[in-house]
Formats: sequence, structure tokens, C-alpha cells
Amino acid sequence: MKQMHLAAHFPGVNSTTVWADPRSRSQIEFASFEHLARTAERGKFDFFFLAEGLRLREHNGRIHDLDVVGRPESLTVLNALAAVTERLGLAATVNATFNEPYELARRLATLDHLSAGRAAWNVVTSSDAFTGENFRRGGYLDRADRYTRAAEFVATARELWDTWTPDGTSRPFAHSGPHFDISGEFTVPRSPQGHPVVIQAGDSDEGREFAASTADVIFTRHGTLEAGRVFYADVKSRLEKYGRGRDDLKIMPGVTVVLGDTDAEAHRNAAEIRRKQVSPQNAILALEQVWGLDLSSYDPDGPLPDIDPDPGSNMVQGRARVADPQAVAARWRALSEAKGLSIRQTVIETTARQSFIGSPETVAGELAMFVAGDAADGFILVPHLTPGGLDDFVDRVVPLLQERGVFRSEYTGSTLRSHLGLADPVWKG
Amino acid sequence: MPATRPLHLAAEIGGPPRYDAASHVALARLAEGGALDYVTLSDSFARPGPDALAVLARVAPATTRIGLVPTVTTTHTEPFHVSSAVATLDWVSKGRAGWLADVSTTEAEARLFGRRPAAPATALWQEAGEVADAGARLWDSWEDDAEIRDVASGRFIDRDRLHHIDFEGSTFSVRGPAIVPRPPQGRPVTVIDGTSGPSREPAARHADVVHVRATSPGQAASLRDDLRRGAAAHGRDPDSLRVLVALTVDLGDAETAPEPGLESGPQLAGRGTYFRGGPVDLAELITQWHRGGAVDGFHLTPITPERDLERIVNGTVALLQHRSLFRTFHPGGTLREHLGLSRPANRYTHARASEVTS
Repeated sequence: MKQMHLAAHFPGVNSTTVWADPRSRSQIEFASFEHLARTAERGKFDFFFLAEGLRLREHNGRIHDLDVVGRPESLTVLNALAAVTERLGLAATVNATFNEPYELARRLATLDHLSAGRAAWNVVTSSDAFTGENFRRGGYLDRADRYTRAAEFVATARELWDTWTPDGTSRPFAHSGPHFDISGEFTVPRSPQGHPVVIQAGDSDEGREFAASTADVIFTRHGTLEAGRVFYADVKSRLEKYGRGRDDLKIMPGVTVVLGDTDAEAHRNAAEIRRKQVSPQNAILALEQVWGLDLSSYDPDGPLPDIDPDPGSNMVQGRARVADPQAVAARWRALSEAKGLSIRQTVIETTARQSFIGSPETVAGELAMFVAGDAADGFILVPHLTPGGLDDFVDRVVPLLQERGVFRSEYTGSTLRSHLGLADPVWKG
Repeated sequence: MPATRPLHLAAEIGGPPRYDAASHVALARLAEGGALDYVTLSDSFARPGPDALAVLARVAPATTRIGLVPTVTTTHTEPFHVSSAVATLDWVSKGRAGWLADVSTTEAEARLFGRRPAAPATALWQEAGEVADAGARLWDSWEDDAEIRDVASGRFIDRDRLHHIDFEGSTFSVRGPAIVPRPPQGRPVTVIDGTSGPSREPAARHADVVHVRATSPGQAASLRDDLRRGAAAHGRDPDSLRVLVALTVDLGDAETAPEPGLESGPQLAGRGTYFRGGPVDLAELITQWHRGGAVDGFHLTPITPERDLERIVNGTVALLQHRSLFRTFHPGGTLREHLGLSRPANRYTHARASEVTS
């Protein structure tokens, strides 16, 4: 039977994470990372996943203060987690725009050595000058250049990982391309996985093509069955032209899960979580992100504004812009009018729906159906609570997945590649 | 005899490159057993070896007290990344992080990055000082009580307690604030090897601990005085600086008796900073230099860590402890506490408090 892959996403700096819950703990102390990683390993997950931020988000010229703010540097945390876990894969998001191949390849190879073959790199690119203000490089890149640079970056990293022979001899390298012109010797021998696992997050056409040509795992947002199937078929169909098989790229949507003893209780829990995720202040903020205007004078429990969005606004910095604000505003207004919803109720209704809601049996069944129905190869679970947000999933859903025979009961290998069923890369000497 | 200051001891655990976790953990635990202030792990893009900061992050959960000081180079790494990584090492070690700032002077290192040509050490050390300065500002860019989790107002942080640093260096600028909240020590410990001329100015200005090389107690005392004067000239309290003499030690002849007739006690070999002898001789040398008030302590680089570190801890350190010259356990939890350095006040909190009162 087709096997499912699971990953644990440490709660992020966005409104999915409910920091106001009394059970919520530190977003920065190591104990929180250790708790979630140990939980994931107890559940035999494939890997633990850390996102990255390189500039605190700003809204209307001021640092955004309503969500979790701040986080540690990913690779350093993962090296520490390697000390308190034994099998769990350790995935760091690291920006290709604000790093250099030599240094990053070295840091990833080091993690792979220190964790005995459990390292993964989620490649992201950035084109925004706002983030670039923290860096020597500045960092503005055309959107089109982002993926060509990222592709050359990954290819260069793999060249570096191949410079030492499998029997431990270092050989000089030279890479010359449009983005990188480097030469010398790599300081780290070939690591246990040969190449750390490469993850790509991005649903755009360029992102899919990049993933199909290069990545081992794709982290997508397509959380519904139908959208998932379409995405899955599209991405898998792109693999052949790169000489890759359908199993060489795992498709793992990021999803949220809400459990209850019964489906009805789970739905009540889900509504309560959504209400907590969209505080009155966060509702106004969500509105401002669409409208691009200062709407602080509006009552979150009142009706939506009747003025139109400002499409040229640069009010929001450090996060993705809403692509078509006029259309989103029109949709929100229609929903609000049809159901008689306030601003806050509209935002709750439109932006914070969880992916899987139900009893453990229901959720296990739906997850298995997604995988069996080729809407996914597995899931990156995004809990809303730090650090205990996956405790229930691991205790109550994982055993059911194991009973169904769709998820491992024990780790069979020691490397992340082995968990994911990925072949060892061929050494290109 | 002048009143003796507390003795500080540190050891390098690098050596021939090792890539597994276990050997590094074993050496760090050995040093921790000897109640040393910290271990260093050297690093360079110019020779084989793993990323040192990563190794010590891996060591952190496997140890509880020992300070962890990786070499971090500033020439080719983004200052923002340097600051974030060291701050994170401080978080994962619960306040035991430092970093030994270094520069990459060779053309070979420059070619690995292909971004800038090799530059003279003087320029690179000036830049390293600026990286240390920008890093310290980033560590301060979150005030300690910035995270408020105020449910009533829906605010996770008080954004008035986060600060853009707007640092303008000669070769880079950083807007800030940091991504990482202020680390447990406030500012992790900055260590600089002040042996080379160009590194001495940034050492006096930015370092908490300076490693120096000296062939006699008199020379060590003179270097220490110079550094303290330099620190004072930059408006620092000279007592916030620790000066450790760096010695390469070879205890391979531990079994042989010390040479007789050395009336002045153990001597350094011709190269000046190289000690060869037994663990007891090394303890004698440390005792004499430290009693004379020449130094705050020693940074020892064993030529064969697997062999010599054990001899340092169970021979040299044990004897110093027996003589009540060195602690037998770590009374504090953070590296700053081991070094007797206070947790630095936050410059932005201070500035904001001044605004309120004026």
C-alpha cells in the first residue's frame, strides 16, 4: 500500500499560531523545539521543519505586533536538536538570495554529518529590497532571476557535495555560471546522505518546474482533495522530461488538523481556534492587508468598509502581497452581505479554515484517502500551539494510520532519504 | 604579592578535522568536568573541517555548564547571519555562547565566495570590529521585556521595545531589528585573538575576552595593561575585559620527570608560546604567571586534544584545584558568570529610560 510521509512544522510567525492560549509556551527557548521534535520522533515522523525570516514584518511603517514575532536561526537549532533525537529528519528553510553556495553547502553538509544523515534544506528565494536592508548584498532580484539563481545555487551546492570522493579524498572544484564563479576546495567530506534532501516550497509555475527539475520534496499549499489531485498530477507529469521517476519527488501539502472526541466536538474546537486566531485586532489587520489602507478606525464587529482597496499600496512589508485586492474585496463584501457577517466574522470565514477536522478516525480516514487518491504523498502538519500542538495527533491519529498500514510503525532506516524512500544520489566525480 | 584575581581557563578542542558529533561531545564533557570556563573550536574556510558553530550547537544539549566558543569569520559571512547564529547558540545552550571573531585574508578563501577580492588584514579587522559592533546592537535591538503577550490589546510584543539599529559600516549596513530575541546573556561573549597587530584595536574596543601570546609574565602583563588602557580609551570599564594567555601545549612527555635545575620554574620553549612538559609543570607555570598578576587566565591549545586534554583536566587542573587556585565546579550557569562578567545593560532600554526622565 502507498505509504504516507509526515512532517512537523514548528508554529510560525503568523496568525495560525495562537500565542494567547494558556497552554502556549515560548517560541524561542530550546525546550519548545525539543518538545515538538521529540513528539514528532515518537510519532515516527519523517522530518521536523523550521521556517525562516530575515526581517521582522512591518505594517504601516511599524513592526507588526499582533502575531508571534522573532525566532532562532534554523540550522543552529537543528544541530542542537540532532543531540536530542535519533532518527527524525531535520529540515531548515534557508534563503538562497541572502546566502552564498559555498558557505551554505558547508553548513548543510555539517548538519548531515552531525545528525548522521538527517539534514534537509528548504530552498526559498526572496526578491524584496525590504529584507535586503539587513544584508551586505542588498538583495533585490527580478522575479525571473530568483529561480535561475536558486537553480544554479542548488546545482552548485550539489557540485560541492560531490567534490570529495566517497572514499574520503578532497578534490578541487571550479564552478563558473551566470550567478556564481567560484573555485577552491570544499572543507567537508561527502556527508552520510551524499546530498541533504532538497525541499522546495512554491506553487507558481516556475516553482513547480524548479521542483520537478531539482527538489526531493515539494511543500505546497493545496490542501483540498480536488486541488491537490490537480496539482499532484501536474507536478508529477513534469518529472519525466528531467529523467526522473514519479517517486523521486514527494508532494507534501502544509495542513492543519483539529481533533475532537466526535466530529461535532472537533468542529466546535475548530471554530473556537479560528476565533482565537482572528483576534479583533488581527481582523482589522487582515482587512488592511487587502485594502492597503489604514482601517484602524473601523469596528471589527461592524460592517466591511465601503471604500475600495488601494492597489498601489506599500503598507505591508515583509510578507506576500494580496495578488488582486479588488477581487478579494468584492468577494469578501458579497460574503458579508449574503450571510450578514461583521468584519471579524468575514475574516474568520475566509482566511482561517483548517484542512482536516474530525474525530481521530475521521481524520485518519481522510488523510489516508488523500494519499491513496494521489492528492498528496504526505503532509507537513502545522500545529496552532507551541509546543504541544501535535501531542494529540501523535497519540490518537498516528496509531490509526499505522493500523491501516499506511504509515510506518518503526523507522526502518536511519537517514531522512531512507524515511522518504529516496534513492541515494549518484556520486558525480 | 598582589591579591590574586580568579583564574580563568579555556581549552581548544579542535585538532585534526573530525566530523562526527561523539568526539566533540566527549572533549567538551571532559573540559566541563574540569570546570573550565569555555572550550573553543577553531574554524576556517581555508582548511578541512566542519562548521564550528554547528558543532558546538550539537554539543550544547549534551553539556550543561561549559562555555561554547566557536570561531566565526566575518569577512565572507553576512553580519546579520553572524549575529543570528551566535544569538541562537546562546539560546540553545541557555546562556553559554561566545564567538571568537576572525578574518579570512587569503585569495583562496575569497575565490570560494567569488564576491570580493582578498584584502589586507588591517581592513578586514576594521570590518570585523564593525561586525562585532553591529552584532552587539542587534542583540540589544530587542529589549529584554519586549515580549508582552497582552491578550487584551492582542499584542505579542511591545514594538516600542524593538529597535532598528540602522548600522552604517564602512563595507556594509544593517537595518535591523534582529530576528532573534535578545539572548539569555544579553550579549554572548565576544573573544578576539589579539596577537596580530591589526586585531588589537578591535579587541580593545569590542572584545570581552582577548587571547594574547607572551613569552614571559612581564610581557603578558604589559599586553594586558595595553589592552586595558585601550578599552578605557573607548569608554569601557577595563575590568570588563579578560586577558588570557594563549599557549599551545604538548603534554606528551608527561611520564618523564621534569628537567632538574630550573630555578625559575617551568619555561616556555623557544617559539615562545609553546609549552612542552608534564601536567604538573604546566600547573606550576600557570600558578606563577597568575600569582604575579600578569594575566586573568590561559587559553590552552593541546596539540593532541584526545591525549592532552585529559592530562590537562586530570593533572594540571586537578592540581590547581587542590591548591585552591581554580574552581572545582561552576557556581554559575552562563559563560558570563564563569568569567565574572556582568550581563550588559541594553543600550536601547537605557536610551528610552533617559528620554522618559528628561
